[in-house]
Amino acid sequence: MIPLVISITFSALAALVWGLLLGGISRMVTARIHGRIGPRLTQNFIDVWKLFRKKSSIHHGTMFWLAPMFRIAGAIGVLVLVPLVVGNTVIVNMSFSGDLLLVVYFMFFGCLGMALGAGDSGHPYAVIAVSRGLAQMSSYELSFSAVILVLAAGLRTLSIEEIVMAQQDGILSWNLFRYPFATAAALITLLPMQMAYPFSIVLAPQEIPIGPPTEYSSRFLSFMLSGRAIFGVAKLVLFVNLFFGGASGWVSLLFKTFLLYMFPIFVSTVFPRFRTEQSIRFLWFVPTSLAAIDLLRVMI
Amino acid sequence: MYCNKLPDKPDDRKKIWDKVDNMARANSLWVTAYGTGCGAIELRPLHTSRFDMERFGIAMRPTPRQADVLIISGYLAVKTLKRVIRVYEQIQDPKYILALGSCTINGGMYYDSYNTLNILDRYLPVDVYVNGCMPRPEAIIDGFSLLMSKIKAGKADGWKHYVDNLEYYRENQKKVIHNWDLPDYNW
Repeated sequence: MIPLVISITFSALAALVWGLLLGGISRMVTARIHGRIGPRLTQNFIDVWKLFRKKSSIHHGTMFWLAPMFRIAGAIGVLVLVPLVVGNTVIVNMSFSGDLLLVVYFMFFGCLGMALGAGDSGHPYAVIAVSRGLAQMSSYELSFSAVILVLAAGLRTLSIEEIVMAQQDGILSWNLFRYPFATAAALITLLPMQMAYPFSIVLAPQEIPIGPPTEYSSRFLSFMLSGRAIFGVAKLVLFVNLFFGGASGWVSLLFKTFLLYMFPIFVSTVFPRFRTEQSIRFLWFVPTSLAAIDLLRVMI
Repeated sequence: MYCNKLPDKPDDRKKIWDKVDNMARANSLWVTAYGTGCGAIELRPLHTSRFDMERFGIAMRPTPRQADVLIISGYLAVKTLKRVIRVYEQIQDPKYILALGSCTINGGMYYDSYNTLNILDRYLPVDVYVNGCMPRPEAIIDGFSLLMSKIKAGKADGWKHYVDNLEYYRENQKKVIHNWDLPDYNW
């Protein structure tokens, strides 16, 4: 029990630090693309600390309090099910057969908690954003489920650990090369998962001020930013495991997650935002069709 | 949604982590994106690559809940004051006010206007004044750096002053706002 608690705490803290650092890097990269100097690398740490130490005197109900916890719980839930480094026995991994389905549920769980909390805040913009977010989420879950079907049909397993082990015979055995269309579909679904443009209809800063967290302040926001950082890293690790051969060591894990994290950043900086119906239509047709090509290839 | 409970008096005891907190607060100033007067036009260039306020950790927040700084950007009409009070009181402590332009200091070119406030300090606790009509973006950045050094030194305590002297401020606010229909404190 004790090793399990230590291991979960360690991986959550490591994911938090790496997530906040990646957030800092992304702000710097975005600034350089805009031709600005941009904030310092540690800006996200400073922001989270400042928010944590700010006073909070607003109360909107139980779900309002619980939502950031749901977010962090969902993020840690994903993190403990995904093997961080292939063959590592120090960090306890709670992987079991069929955990890929549970991971998809955990990804939904955090967002759902957030939706309930934002609804509890009673702010109209938060409610608009929640309805947009849930609509978009059910669209990209369709494409992501199609991708999971490809992996399950091709590799005959729903265990993330077995999917990673099946990719250990050199680069060409990675699912990226085995199922290129499904990987492309998954990378497209990564954009709405990371709330990147053109799928940023949930936060939509200039449109519905900031969406679900409009009423969240101080510690709540600090927890939400931390949860987002951990969740971001958990998703990246999941993608590395599913399509990019897993990580053979810590350096490889950092390198692969870093490269993968840059993909939504570069797409984000050059695209404007979709409208809600455009986003849903795109997610229903493009990534789902791409995944269907590989699914047909696998089935036939 | 109102809360009628008056704010608690701030805790003035010195703590060992005060210095770290103040450093974090100074280097992460989030500004309420709310322009009260013509000076708001000079805030826009601060986002651009020429002035780039994000390099100081300053960012705009669309909601007062998440902000630290309220900028009174130029003349403040009585009608706007009512909204400004609501916005200011919704910002969570600690919070700071940066006042731009001559209008906030002595009324500027609107000194004899029937509906413009002349001395902002009587109605809200101002931490830093930036004079000029209008102050250029460089001057606003200078004002921000002054605010940062005040926060680091632990001297930007306008918000404490506001809570301690709430009666004085309320009296002045009610003198100019005749149709006062706000609760005692709105957070």
